[in-house]
Amino acid sequence: MVIYGVYIVSKSGGLIFNHDHNVPKIENEHTFSYPLDIKLVYENKKVVVSFGQREGIMVGHVLTAANGMPVTGKQLDDGRDVLEVIENSESYPLTLKFSRPRMTTNEKIFLASMFYPLFAIASQLSPEPKSSGIEVLEADTFKLHCFQTLTGVKFMVVAEPSQTGVDLLLKKIYELYADFALKNPFYSLEMPVRCELFDSNLQTLLEQIEKTGISNV
Amino acid sequence: MTIHNLYIFDKFGCLLYYAEWNRLKSSGITREEEAKLMYGMLFSLKSFVSKISPLDTKKGFVCYKTNKYALHYLETPTGLKFVLNTDVNAQNVRDLLHQIYSKVYVEYVVKNPVVNLRDPIKSELFKVKLDGMIKQFPAVSKAS
Repeated sequence: MVIYGVYIVSKSGGLIFNHDHNVPKIENEHTFSYPLDIKLVYENKKVVVSFGQREGIMVGHVLTAANGMPVTGKQLDDGRDVLEVIENSESYPLTLKFSRPRMTTNEKIFLASMFYPLFAIASQLSPEPKSSGIEVLEADTFKLHCFQTLTGVKFMVVAEPSQTGVDLLLKKIYELYADFALKNPFYSLEMPVRCELFDSNLQTLLEQIEKTGISNV
Repeated sequence: MTIHNLYIFDKFGCLLYYAEWNRLKSSGITREEEAKLMYGMLFSLKSFVSKISPLDTKKGFVCYKTNKYALHYLETPTGLKFVLNTDVNAQNVRDLLHQIYSKVYVEYVVKNPVVNLRDPIKSELFKVKLDGMIKQFPAVSKAS
């Protein structure tokens, strides 16, 4: 019973709301000896694994700490450059902590607008007439459920693959959206949803589902 | 339970093989363009899935469903891509894709000495065996 996140996309394809509910933290700490057997690069102000995988450390993971000292950008907390420390054979054995990077807001906006054409192409390539767009997108680690309202707003929930009854949850979120966003006199259509009542009610709904299951809502 | 159509792409995105069984609607564009559109969509879906996933993915994108059909996707480690469209209720389609790969593609294309793996598949034997396997699939035989 895990719901990872909720997204709302407006009819023109822009992200108007997102909520990270229960995103697991993936962290791996490992002690390395010289020379380092994975390749790191510095990009987008982060030190990222670019080659080599071992014990849960994967390509794309970000270096967050060295010898227990947090890394911001490529700087250690005491001011040293972490890449220089890694180069230096005297600093070994070295304990490095890697984690899977969280999505930034920009990435979320980018992904939400990417879903829109996928949704449209899926209905165009359909072998049967009058097909809708993608309703469920399945991967090995999650399932994305999408509900498009008659007005074109898309509600998406990313949940565990075994989670059932998500379509009910989507309808429920639609209800909350109608009650607390649309009926809010200060909310204008197509704009990001910034309504406290909506946030708090959604939070309560998700927590309730986590405790008692979707069918009891 | 019906199986609509099958696409096989190589790792460069070229359409190697296309077959259809119960296709009720054409997309209104040529086969070549449709294949490009399909490959483009799969490519984007793959990157979408790996980015939005809260955990590290292994197989990545597996399938999607609309209200009318389901698209099942299998990518081999060599980059070969099998795409099968079925109706929404079909079960165990992933196993079928695996079987198409290991029992038909490998046996009658890879093991065929005169075939260049980058060319579209024209082998008549492959076509017959594939047809046989699809028609034998429990979901199909139950319907017929």
